[in-house]
Amino acid sequence: MSAATGHRLAAARFARHAVLVVTSGLMLLPFVWMVSLSLKPPEEIFSSAWRLWPSTFYGAENYRAALAAVPLVRYLVNGVLVCAAIFALQILVNLPCAYALAKLRFRGRNTVFAAVLVGLLIPPQVLAIPLFVLFYAVGILDTYAALILPWTISVFGIFLMRQFFRTVPDDLIQAARLDGLSEFSIVWRVMMPVARPALVAFGIFSVVAHWNDLFWPLVVVHSEQLATPPLGALHFLNEEAGSDYGPLMAGSVLITAPLMLAFLFAQRRFIDGITLTGIKQR
Amino acid sequence: MVDAAAIRESRAIAQPAALPAPPYRAAASEANQAAALVSPAVMLMVVLLFGPTAAVVAISFTDWEFGAASARFIGHGNFSALIPDPVFWKALRNTLLYVAIVVPVCVGGGLVLALMIEANDRFRAFYRTAHFLPVMSTIVAMAVVWQTLLHPTIGLLNHGLHVFGLEGRNWLRDEGTVLFALALIGIWQNLGVALVLFIAGLKSIPRDLYHAADIDGADSSLDRFRTVTLPLLGPVTMFVLVMMAIRAFQVFETVRVLTKGGPNKASEVLLHLIYVESFEFLRTGHGAAVTVVYLAIVVGLTMLQAKVIEKRVHYA
Repeated sequence: MSAATGHRLAAARFARHAVLVVTSGLMLLPFVWMVSLSLKPPEEIFSSAWRLWPSTFYGAENYRAALAAVPLVRYLVNGVLVCAAIFALQILVNLPCAYALAKLRFRGRNTVFAAVLVGLLIPPQVLAIPLFVLFYAVGILDTYAALILPWTISVFGIFLMRQFFRTVPDDLIQAARLDGLSEFSIVWRVMMPVARPALVAFGIFSVVAHWNDLFWPLVVVHSEQLATPPLGALHFLNEEAGSDYGPLMAGSVLITAPLMLAFLFAQRRFIDGITLTGIKQR
Repeated sequence: MVDAAAIRESRAIAQPAALPAPPYRAAASEANQAAALVSPAVMLMVVLLFGPTAAVVAISFTDWEFGAASARFIGHGNFSALIPDPVFWKALRNTLLYVAIVVPVCVGGGLVLALMIEANDRFRAFYRTAHFLPVMSTIVAMAVVWQTLLHPTIGLLNHGLHVFGLEGRNWLRDEGTVLFALALIGIWQNLGVALVLFIAGLKSIPRDLYHAADIDGADSSLDRFRTVTLPLLGPVTMFVLVMMAIRAFQVFETVRVLTKGGPNKASEVLLHLIYVESFEFLRTGHGAAVTVVYLAIVVGLTMLQAKVIEKRVHYA
């Protein structure tokens, strides 16, 4: 390699890092801005000179005001409850179906699988009107059940888990049958442990989708004490009428933090989960 | 890429099961047990997925409204009512414009940044995380943050413009800029998805091909890119393109939080129109008709995606 090429390569490397540092900075800017504003007193927020770190630390006041204005902790607990219930029920409903589709022979198998593939085409917002009417008729509007039930069936979950189950060797299943396990116990005691990587990916995808969803909670929930984090953030914004920015940013930090921290702790899994499941939003 | 592999494999549905045929009685018991395993999911699929989809199509052909005791079949009435409806066309036009801005920037930017990140031997994890973080964030809360970034007086954007002696605007209240402001947020929100999909795609290119290209005399990195990377990334690019389009068509949160479709419907989009018509104005038939249009667009895009993936099998 000549010296000239070496220089050119070094220059290219420098240019790449320069561009990436700038774009990374731009992507992170809203987060930095959010935290910065959440620590500032109003007069600094409205001052024309912008500084990263507040000259008067006002974080305690802002975060206290945010927690006093709306039940933020309640929103977060609701988010955890709803997402946990959705994922648990998704496993309960969809794993057995995925196993049967992958490993058992029965009449109608191809029909069920075709239905799963067709189901993948339907975006969830399409279901809003009829499900709203149905839940009204059943009398479960404005309950946790309304937030959870529509997502118990996940054709995407069935599809993903079926694909994974197909790669599990049949010998493993035969051995379990010889040990006297029923097909039902095979799902939980043989397949589920084996499918952990796929299950984790699906879980991350499910939790991220439902933690961040606004559309459906907005349709079915009116009581503030049932609000999930996004709906709560919307309440908060309306409550504050959009001028008390310090507490508003503090609230945004508290609402965004849980998922972000989880992501930073298990990045590889999150990115795999999104890549693996990237095909579908929900 | 794992997802594509999964789908490719799904194309083997029609093939017979890999298990050896069990003896007759075992087969009957297996079928019974299979029915028990499948039926909860199938029942819920009918009640919560296919039933509602059929219902929304049916409602779109009636004059039904929430709470009304009866509904009348009015044929394509709701759909022909959309044709002279300026709000519908504005929502459709805005959605398409939003998609037309967000998708190319995310796909192009995602590809270029993925190539740059993968070409480095240091800080790759940091760059990837930084670009992916917005995907994980709760967009409703971050929309509030964007509102302050774009704020006419305290916003960082206008502060920045001021430094260069430029006049800022009230980006989210100005009919001429509101959609671009939302598209900017959309790009920020979605770029990371395209980026990680491209990184996955780049990793799946066999190293041997680069050696082969070297032997064939492709000595500059541009040559290697043109002869190896680009052709092999072509199908991935198509896949990412359609996926980003589907994501972009679902724009709702930022509109709801920041503009509610305003000012003067300048940022009205399909999903938000569906929400407002169906659940605020309770014009159910009308909302259902817009829903059917939205369904048709997303189904069309997804089928296109399936076609693309099918094609990929022949490439790879």
